[in-house]
Amino acid sequence: MNRILLMILQRFGLGLLTLFVVSIIIFVGVEFLPGDIAEALLGQGASPENVAALRHELGLDRPAHIRYIDWWAGVLQGDLGTSLANRRDIAELITFRLSNTLFLALTAAAISVPLAILFGILAALYRNSAYDRSVNVITLGAVSAPEFLTAYVLILYFSVKLGWFPSLSNIDQDTSFIDKLHQVALPAITLMGVILAYMMRMVRASIINLLASAYIEMAHLKGMPKFRVIVKHALPNAWAPIANIIAISLAYLVVGVVVVEVVFIYPGLGQLMVDSVSNRDIPVVQACSMIFAGTYILLNLTADIVSICTNPRLLHPK
Amino acid sequence: MNDPLLEIRNLQIDGESDEIWHEIIKGIDLNLDRGEVLGLIGESGAGKSTLGLAAMNFVRPGCRIRGGSIRFDGQELTEQSELTLRKLRGVRIAYVAQSAAASFNPAHQLIDQFSEIPVVHGVKSRREAEKDAKDLYSRVLLPDPDGIGYRYPHQVSGGQLQRAMTAMALSCRPDLIIFDEPTTALDVTTQIEVLTTIRDIVREFNTAAIYISHDLAVVAQMADRIMVLRYGELVEEATTREMMSSPKMEYTKSLWAVRSFKKEAETVASAMSPVVKVNSVTAGYGSEDILKEVSFEIHRGQTVAIVGESGSGKSTAARVITGLLPPRVGDIQLNGKILPKSFKARNKEQLRHVQMIYQMADTALNPRQRIRNIIGRPLTFYLGLTGKQKEARIRELLSLIELEPDLYIDRFPDELSGGQKQRVSIARALAAEPEFIICDEVTSALDQLVAEGILRLLDRLQREFNLAYMFITHDLATVKAIADNVVVMLQGKIVEQGSKTEIFSPPHHDYTELLLSSVPEMDPDWLNELIAHREKHGVMSSTSIS
Repeated sequence: MNRILLMILQRFGLGLLTLFVVSIIIFVGVEFLPGDIAEALLGQGASPENVAALRHELGLDRPAHIRYIDWWAGVLQGDLGTSLANRRDIAELITFRLSNTLFLALTAAAISVPLAILFGILAALYRNSAYDRSVNVITLGAVSAPEFLTAYVLILYFSVKLGWFPSLSNIDQDTSFIDKLHQVALPAITLMGVILAYMMRMVRASIINLLASAYIEMAHLKGMPKFRVIVKHALPNAWAPIANIIAISLAYLVVGVVVVEVVFIYPGLGQLMVDSVSNRDIPVVQACSMIFAGTYILLNLTADIVSICTNPRLLHPK
Repeated sequence: MNDPLLEIRNLQIDGESDEIWHEIIKGIDLNLDRGEVLGLIGESGAGKSTLGLAAMNFVRPGCRIRGGSIRFDGQELTEQSELTLRKLRGVRIAYVAQSAAASFNPAHQLIDQFSEIPVVHGVKSRREAEKDAKDLYSRVLLPDPDGIGYRYPHQVSGGQLQRAMTAMALSCRPDLIIFDEPTTALDVTTQIEVLTTIRDIVREFNTAAIYISHDLAVVAQMADRIMVLRYGELVEEATTREMMSSPKMEYTKSLWAVRSFKKEAETVASAMSPVVKVNSVTAGYGSEDILKEVSFEIHRGQTVAIVGESGSGKSTAARVITGLLPPRVGDIQLNGKILPKSFKARNKEQLRHVQMIYQMADTALNPRQRIRNIIGRPLTFYLGLTGKQKEARIRELLSLIELEPDLYIDRFPDELSGGQKQRVSIARALAAEPEFIICDEVTSALDQLVAEGILRLLDRLQREFNLAYMFITHDLATVKAIADNVVVMLQGKIVEQGSKTEIFSPPHHDYTELLLSSVPEMDPDWLNELIAHREKHGVMSSTSIS
């Protein structure tokens, strides 16, 4: 058990290190962008004196590494700082956005993960059947279509022509759960299109890979029903690859949500980040990207833990 | 008189490769009575396993039954629905696979995998099944029969897994069990134990069996009747005794004659200093010592065979000599000079003189390189040959290993047979013009006839170039054929070493005795006599000696 715990701790430490590196890259990246928030706020007609005054006021005239260290000092004390653009507390600014993004991502995940596993298993089970082939073609199409295209097509049919769902997501603090579901329907479906297809294909591939094992042949030769062979003999050995597939898909969901949020003007984290980048609002960009990176790392960590915990060799040492 | 249990008529099976169907089984007839044990023998690709599985009307993916009939207990299996067949499998016909380690599901306990057969088929309740499993585990002589079932496959040794699989096959008391090379992956000493178990169980339950193997001596112990297969066709069929004493067909005779190769004369160690000297080496991985104070030497023109079971440290010794695993204590000398412990610290000359040939030529040769590059690389690396000189030398080496240069120089490894690939590995080692070559189980993956060709080639090259060989093997027949000196290893220690004559003539060390007596002989009574002898003198096993 200690060995497993040690492995998990190692992964966790590695995750923190990655997070640190990400923060440097983002900070340096935004620094390199031409212009800064002072210019962005005051517009092109502003006089150099005004810009310099605003820079001084915002503390932007200090050297970059000082600002970076300052930022970390704040973060370690639980203070993400204030937005340079509107002077609001970032933590407050982000909480609402983050909860919206998570709501959208979780809705998409809750529907697509079980469906992907089910469809993937069925496709593996009835390999090369009409079902398998058609699912393959459809999913290939879904993966290949760019999200914004899917999004606009969905808007065209379901909100403009049929009027079932709103084309823009109007969500605020008081929106009820049911209403929220209604609002996120189209963005969620857009997201699902991609990850469902991807996950399904990967689940199918990893199950088929397992089906070539000697112990699967043995299960058939023991006269086990097909369904039992899959569920009892293949699936327990497939959790590790499947967990990895799901983790990557979910990470994609949270991060790839940006495009979808922009199309549907959905008040999520992705949209906030896009706005902040164009404003050069470094603290907000930093906070958003740390959340995205953290999610990514956390999901991959979970996948690692699942693979460790489903490996009988690690779970039941000699 | 009652009908035979299994009656196969004119069976034809096709296999697909690169979208072309070709025949694997070309119209074979097979009869099997109740309680009878039929041996199927042949080289790889003869269709033994395909035929064995066909007895359950099962074909592997990429194969199909094209014609013929399979009657089991009066039922025509080729006409049955998948459901009927499924209810037959595991219940009335069971299968024991070659690699128990791969055929047990790593995610479940042994007893779960046992019980699922009677439970799913509705023969027994879970509780009855578990009780029966423990009973059978003790019948197949597994240690701790009440507890071993609750272990996972990776927690149990290979020999024990094979016995657990035999027990599993018996779970529904089938009429027929197909044993597909059940002891091929095991050490000789373990093989004896498993063979005895299988034979006793088959007799006790009066189960009919099809016993598939490429090892004649093993089949001779197990089968009442033997069928020899080649290229999917029947070569010869007779009762075991008849087949052993007077094989009729040329091919069968050639199989019998395989073990006849013997090196001309033993090379006595010269008075000069040895090429390689292993000097009280202790080495291992992590905190564990795999080799414990091992010392031996190899002289020019001499073959030293390192013999022992898996886990005895044979391959670790090779890794230490090549510098892949630096020893903890002790050193390796090449022509009297101490070699740096790690290969990284050795110079080109030192590297050049220690070459290696591996067991699996498939994985030892880069599949994306042509033979020209595989052999040419060491020529450039060690000897600086380029251009025409290099080309000429490659051709020379190919002729040496008896492959026509024009035909083979531009091929990829995939376009060669197993034996030819091993020959290319030999040429690659030879290209460095070494004094010493380590041969790690070089013939174990090959069919006997092909293996013999390799042994003859190695022997000829040794005489021509005065090479020293270290020959790692678990196969004592090979040792008898090719060795001058023998080193017997057990659990990381050398239990005995000396000239071949010394080692192979009594008195033996206990473990050498056990090893030697465990090698199956062609005599069908060998196993009976051995068991009787061992019971009289007290049962020995490799663990009881150490």
